[in-house]
Amino acid sequence: MLRATLKSLLARKVRLILSGLAVVLGVMFVSGAFVLTDTLGRSFDAVFADAYAGVDVSVAAKPKVTVGEAEGDQVAPAFPADVVGRVRAVPGVAEATGVVSADGARLIGSNGKVVTSLGPPQLGQNWTGESDLVELRQGRAPQADDEIVVNVALATAAKVEVGDRVGALTAFESKRRDFTLVGLFGYSGGRDSVGGAHEIGFTTPAAQRLMLGKPDTFNSVTVRAAGGLTPEALRDDLARALGPQYEVKTGEQLSADAAASFKEGLSFFNKVLLGFAAVALLVGTFLILNTFSIIVAQRTRELALMRAIGASGRQIIGSVVLEALAVGLIASVLGLGAGIGVGALLAWAFGTFAGGLALAGLGVPPAAVVSAFAVGMLITVVAALLPALRAARIPPIAAMQDVATPDRPLTRITVSGAVVTAVGGALLAVGLTGNAGGGTLPVILGGVLFAFIGVALLTPLLSRPVVSLLGGLFAWSVPGRLGRLNSGRNPRRTAITAAALMVGIALVTGVTVILDSAKSSIAKTAESTLDAQLVISGAQTGPRQPVFDPAVVDRAAEVPGVNTVVGIYNDNAVVDGGRMRYVVALTDLAAMGQIFHATAQAGTIATLRPDQVALSVSGAKELGKSVGDRLTAQFARSEGSHTYTVTAVLPDDRSIGSIMLPRGAGAEFTSPQPFSALVQLTPGTAVSQVQPRLEALVADNPEVSVADRASFIEQQTSGFDTLLTMIQILLALAIVIAVLGIVNTLALSVLERTRELGLLRAIGLRRAQTMRMITVEAVVISVFGALLGIVVGAGLGAAVVRALRDEGITDLVLPWSQIGVFLGLAALVGVVAAALPAVRAARLNVLGAIAHD
Amino acid sequence: MTATVGREARAAARASDVWKVYGSGEAQVVALRGVSAEFERGRFTAIMGPSGSGKSTLMHCLAGLDSVTRGTVSIGDTTVTGLGDAGLTNLRRDKVGFIFQQFNLLPTLTAKENILLPMSIAGRRPDPAWYDTVIDTVGLRARLDHRPAQLSGGQQQRVACARALVARPEVIFADEPTGNLDSRSGAEVLNFLRNSVREHGQTIVMVTHDPTAAAYADRVVFLADGEIVSELIEPTADTVLDTMKKLDVPAATEVGNP
Ligand SMILES: Nc1ncnc2c1ncn2[C@@H]1O[C@H](COP(=O)(O)OP(=O)(O)OP(=O)(O)O)[C@@H](O)[C@H]1O
Ligand SMILES: [Mg+2]
Repeated sequence: MLRATLKSLLARKVRLILSGLAVVLGVMFVSGAFVLTDTLGRSFDAVFADAYAGVDVSVAAKPKVTVGEAEGDQVAPAFPADVVGRVRAVPGVAEATGVVSADGARLIGSNGKVVTSLGPPQLGQNWTGESDLVELRQGRAPQADDEIVVNVALATAAKVEVGDRVGALTAFESKRRDFTLVGLFGYSGGRDSVGGAHEIGFTTPAAQRLMLGKPDTFNSVTVRAAGGLTPEALRDDLARALGPQYEVKTGEQLSADAAASFKEGLSFFNKVLLGFAAVALLVGTFLILNTFSIIVAQRTRELALMRAIGASGRQIIGSVVLEALAVGLIASVLGLGAGIGVGALLAWAFGTFAGGLALAGLGVPPAAVVSAFAVGMLITVVAALLPALRAARIPPIAAMQDVATPDRPLTRITVSGAVVTAVGGALLAVGLTGNAGGGTLPVILGGVLFAFIGVALLTPLLSRPVVSLLGGLFAWSVPGRLGRLNSGRNPRRTAITAAALMVGIALVTGVTVILDSAKSSIAKTAESTLDAQLVISGAQTGPRQPVFDPAVVDRAAEVPGVNTVVGIYNDNAVVDGGRMRYVVALTDLAAMGQIFHATAQAGTIATLRPDQVALSVSGAKELGKSVGDRLTAQFARSEGSHTYTVTAVLPDDRSIGSIMLPRGAGAEFTSPQPFSALVQLTPGTAVSQVQPRLEALVADNPEVSVADRASFIEQQTSGFDTLLTMIQILLALAIVIAVLGIVNTLALSVLERTRELGLLRAIGLRRAQTMRMITVEAVVISVFGALLGIVVGAGLGAAVVRALRDEGITDLVLPWSQIGVFLGLAALVGVVAAALPAVRAARLNVLGAIAHD
Repeated sequence: MTATVGREARAAARASDVWKVYGSGEAQVVALRGVSAEFERGRFTAIMGPSGSGKSTLMHCLAGLDSVTRGTVSIGDTTVTGLGDAGLTNLRRDKVGFIFQQFNLLPTLTAKENILLPMSIAGRRPDPAWYDTVIDTVGLRARLDHRPAQLSGGQQQRVACARALVARPEVIFADEPTGNLDSRSGAEVLNFLRNSVREHGQTIVMVTHDPTAAAYADRVVFLADGEIVSELIEPTADTVLDTMKKLDVPAATEVGNP
């Protein structure tokens, strides 16, 4: 039996290659994700181990607000300079250096633009001299407060040289300040950066003022232990000596912490990639199911003969499953290999384009290998199980009959499809209405999966009318009519092939509906509520939001023609000692009220005093507060927590954020400067009259610009387009696999109908007509799949949009032009998919085909 | 009986010194060795001979389904030899009809659609009167909307015959059209073929093994080992059988496996 199986496998290798390819692609995606994240993870380990290599122990003040990597940057708070002396006094300390090091030092390049970073930090530091790690490559150390040194990577990116006057923006000064570049530094091993970070070295007083905002402060002390003392022992001594406000960690701990927070981000990224891999594999499953069904159908006589000569049903199942296992095994091996390649390629691209990360050696984590084989073989066997069962039910008598396999009724499959679809719909309803408790996401995803499978099961029933309708478009020619008949010929086969395409298209359509709706809702809300004609803000290019000098807000208010201005700061803060919350600070609540035409739901809208706060309706509900209640807030840079009294509750759509704090709070935020200012003009004033004058105010900050309302709204929603593009690219793989499915189905059908094709050619069908016949079949199938996908996707998208109505997504936008593009693309996909099988069919030797068995 | 058809007609199909060689070297098989034959218009010719004698090969070469190694083949006034794929396709579509031993019909099409298929491919409409005549002759009017799977083997062959006739081709080639049928259905099909020759002047060339079937023809050509060895006009089952027996003796020893 084993030999017979392997022989038949070999005889059918071409047919299996295409379906195997689907598994290869899915497995490639899975193992590639693991390889990529593992390689990047180890590269970051190396970077941080290096960055803290010269540090035995480090002292820092406890941060006021702890945030994860995904939420924003941690601010190491400043502490008085005398702490360095206290550290030095502890026995066992050989050397203690006060260090200023904070993100947000942005050099202005020779082209007048701020040098941006796609991820690595832009550190502003006090220059503490050369060390084991740092080496001065050119020039000298900074001696005056208007002198700086930068690392070679930054100098290269900014195209500046020693001796140049260069501008920079710093954490506490968001307007250009000019410095003389007096030196360049690099790192041991001839490296120009550590992990792509940009670094500027100031004199200590300049660094304190510009990066920490206070003279005579540091934000860490690096300590070298005296000989014989372990870093751990010294750490414990220091911690005792300094008390609980200080955090003392060994260099190893620091590097592990830093790496851990990065890995959190990486593992999220990994999950996203695996999600897309799952979609690809779902599509692949359809494809394999189809291939094995067709193969079993084609082998009916052979299998029946085996039954007739005594093979048991079990043996038949075994032989089909074995065949699947073999395909799965080979596909897993190939997929793993391809995954390693893709992972390496992406890691390289990441290292190169996202700022010069030196890659650790390529790693193939066990998870990659295990998942590759588990997924590849499991999927294949599961997909082959149904066809195997069907094979076992072939009666021996079938060997003797010239079977035109009778159409099995579609009742059972349709009923189960309806049930599964209903289950999916119910799950979706539960998930989307927020009744699933903590499991919202799994419930929704499960609902989507069930919906897909259910619709796939319903597809055979749908395929009859829809295919004949679609095919009707081509029925004006004989090849078209024949192609139409062929595509309606085996509803199950057509259905599964189309369903594979449906999954990818449905997801793309669904996501497009959701994002377009969100975008349009946001734009509409902004248009209807925002009575500001100009907006001062920066376009965000890196992980940090550009900010500007708070004085700009006040000066803007004095520009003739400006009615009122509100500047906005944002951050995360600990509210009422509990959870972290997103908060904003406004230079003037009254101005905001005027710009949004807000009327208070409770209390009054007026400029907030330093101890007052305003809430939105949903903010008040979440916190359980009303006018007159108090709340406390701890900010990144505040000494202790502040207490505020609620003075107003504003409607959600007429407020900025849910917790609106007074101007003074903004000065204690992580980024103590406004990121945006809304400017309302006095009626009758032309935008063009005021815009240049506002632009002049931010001329010394190349990151920030002044936009009119339309382009501001455009800016705000442009992120959606980027997100959409990324999702579309990732889902493209699922669509590619579906295309393979169409090629596969057609190729198998052509093979199956060899004699028919021979007959047609014998009675006068031309080559071109033969090709057209096959192409029509492909186009009908792929357009059918796309139609299904569009309907299902639009349905899912609309359901999600409906569920998000309370979140402010009130507009349902169906992307008609996109839908048109999908249909057009689907037709094209059909033509492309048909190319090979069609050529093959046209090339058939007429006589050979007729004699074909 | 030949008088009713008339002998003045030119040949509907002609083979002149046709050689057909398959393969090369050790595996070379010479299937036809200089066959020259004419198949007159309006006559029913049967080709007989032992298995492997080249009957099917000759028919395929005549019909433009296969190319000849040497010699020329023509259908009506078209020289088949040297035509490209497009030319051959046109020839098959417009001048030739086929009836195979089995698998003659497209399973997706109804009987009627199958019958009209060659004409629809060519973009021609059938002559309604002739169409009715053909349908009535094959006696399938009640079955026109049935698919091949719903028809018996004999009915399927009759549909195939109707398909070949409806386009009024120059010549119809049939390769053992009754090979898969029992004697009664076979007789139906053969009667029908003979009538279409007698009454409508159709030209038919039929390959067969069966002396009874050959007896329906006006003329029988005997092939042995790739050559025409004998011919019978106005055959009967007995005369055919006699001729066959004479041929079979040397052929059996040579082919070894009749
Ligand atoms: N494609 C081919 N390749 C090689 N040899 C072939 C091929 N087709 C036919 N032959 C050989 O040519 C010879 C004639 O074959 P052909 O099919 O014409 O015989 P036939 O008279 O129709 O026999 P039968 O009565 O068994 O159908 C045989 O010896 C056969 O083996
Ligand atoms: Mg033959």
